[in-house]
Amino acid sequence: MTQPPARTPWQQVRAQLYQRPLALSALLVLVAIILVALLGPLFSSYNFATPSWNEIYQAPSLRHWLGTDALGRDQLVRILWGCRISLLVGVAASLVSVIIGVLWGATAGYAGGTADSMMMRFVDILYTVPFIPLVIVMTVLFGRNFLLVFVAIGAVSWLDIARIVRGQTLSLKQREFIEAARALGVRTPTMIIRHLVPNLIGVVIIYATLTVPTVILFEAFLSFLGLGVHAPLASLGSLVSDGADHLQSQPYLLTAPAVLLALIIACFSYLGDGLRDALDPRAHH
Amino acid sequence: MLRFLIRRLLIAIPTMLLIATLAFGLLHGTPGGPFDSAKRIPPAIQHSIEAKYHLNDPLWQQYARYLSDLARGDLGPSYQYRDTSVNELIRQGLPVDALIGSLAMLFAILLGGFFGILAAVRRGGAWDHIPMFFAALGIAVPVFVIGPLLILVFAIELHWLPAGDWEPGSVRFMILPVISLGFPYAAYIARMARSEMIEVLGSPFIRTARAKGLPERTILLRHALRPVLTPLVSFLGPAFAGVLTGSIIIESVFGLPGIGRYFVTGALNRDYTLVVGITVLYGALIIGFNLLADLCYAWLDPRVRLHS
Repeated sequence: MTQPPARTPWQQVRAQLYQRPLALSALLVLVAIILVALLGPLFSSYNFATPSWNEIYQAPSLRHWLGTDALGRDQLVRILWGCRISLLVGVAASLVSVIIGVLWGATAGYAGGTADSMMMRFVDILYTVPFIPLVIVMTVLFGRNFLLVFVAIGAVSWLDIARIVRGQTLSLKQREFIEAARALGVRTPTMIIRHLVPNLIGVVIIYATLTVPTVILFEAFLSFLGLGVHAPLASLGSLVSDGADHLQSQPYLLTAPAVLLALIIACFSYLGDGLRDALDPRAHH
Repeated sequence: MLRFLIRRLLIAIPTMLLIATLAFGLLHGTPGGPFDSAKRIPPAIQHSIEAKYHLNDPLWQQYARYLSDLARGDLGPSYQYRDTSVNELIRQGLPVDALIGSLAMLFAILLGGFFGILAAVRRGGAWDHIPMFFAALGIAVPVFVIGPLLILVFAIELHWLPAGDWEPGSVRFMILPVISLGFPYAAYIARMARSEMIEVLGSPFIRTARAKGLPERTILLRHALRPVLTPLVSFLGPAFAGVLTGSIIIESVFGLPGIGRYFVTGALNRDYTLVVGITVLYGALIIGFNLLADLCYAWLDPRVRLHS
């Protein structure tokens, strides 16, 4: 790496992205999807929740670009709403997992010794816990409180981030600025939050980008089992699930949300892979 | 080797305890119980049913009783399926999951391994790009989309295969579930096998083999295959865990009589013992497969030392 040290992580990310057309176009597609999902429903005269009994199961047409569902609701508006919900779940849960993972990993790496090995042994144990069943149980028990679903999913997907952050912290710990801060009498919590975490941002961005699609898939999985969002609201997973029920008569109800879901997942993984190749020094082992 | 095994088994005990405690605590710690349903039963009867299953005892007593039963391998009675024990339900359902799961893994390894290696050997050509396109698709398209799409094409349009259901021993009912469950893993394996093979083909010992004038097939099968397979083995542990949970979806898409269905309905009906029992079983299987994968890895690659 011959990067001039003065560049911030954000500048590095931008510079590397321009050299990777696949990752860059994935980013552009994602931005486009997010913009359409956020702004699209504002320009539509249809509501995602109001049934329209004389327009049930209409095939795609000029009035309803993607057709209507079992209650006569416009499928396009429902998909845009589903997209909002899925992205919201993905980003919120990833945020939870990043916060837990970074704090856990940085603390373990900075503390070192017994505390480190105990904290990482705990992570090892959690790796073998079957989380999907536990999250299913949680979503059933918490009465499908949407916020708790985020927290539950986030709380189980921080393990990778914790491991990677710990590794990075171990090498950062040897650097002069940490020693200087310690000599100035900076206390441990301040050290971790003010001095270590900002230097971990590159790695954290990569793994947050890779966490978002797994979380979106996970939410879709729960919604498919009927354990996700509540009825009038939709997520891409619940739309796929509804579509699968009408597979034979109305295949268009399945294809549109399925394609969009796959596109979002694919874009996030291409973007994450591209960023990892660009920024993670250990990716080129 | 033996020390490694013993250490891993010793770590497995607190892990299993943690899993059982988490599941038990989650279910019992939240309000509501298995027998306060919409079908109004007289309070006296509800009380006596709950007393029969010791649900009115202090929580720590129920927990202690559950753990001591668990230690003897008894997962307790199911509340939802009266007069049936969780062990019996698992005994009925698990063979279906095991069959579908192992066929799906086999399918994934054969398909993914073959096309991954082919893509590496024909790097840059059509045999590289087409399989890798499908691999990218397989990773991005979730199991619960692949399943219904396969049903649409092969059952509804072409009438070749049944859309769901299960007849013990009948291959026709297995094909679509196995393909939908295995395809994402085939995609992962293909990508891994391709990048491993490219790396191995560029290494000095392959150049030596070429310089000796060995035929290409011997180089691939005798020399390159083993270092390509080794890293794949370490992926198989987590993959088995994924197949296990993926089968929950597959069962609901195809209506298969496995344990995933019991799990979801059990969670909805507060069937405490059934849910905790299946969670513990999943945990044990995941630990077992990870251990197995590590052992295979060490056996294939003698440079790996088994420690901690």
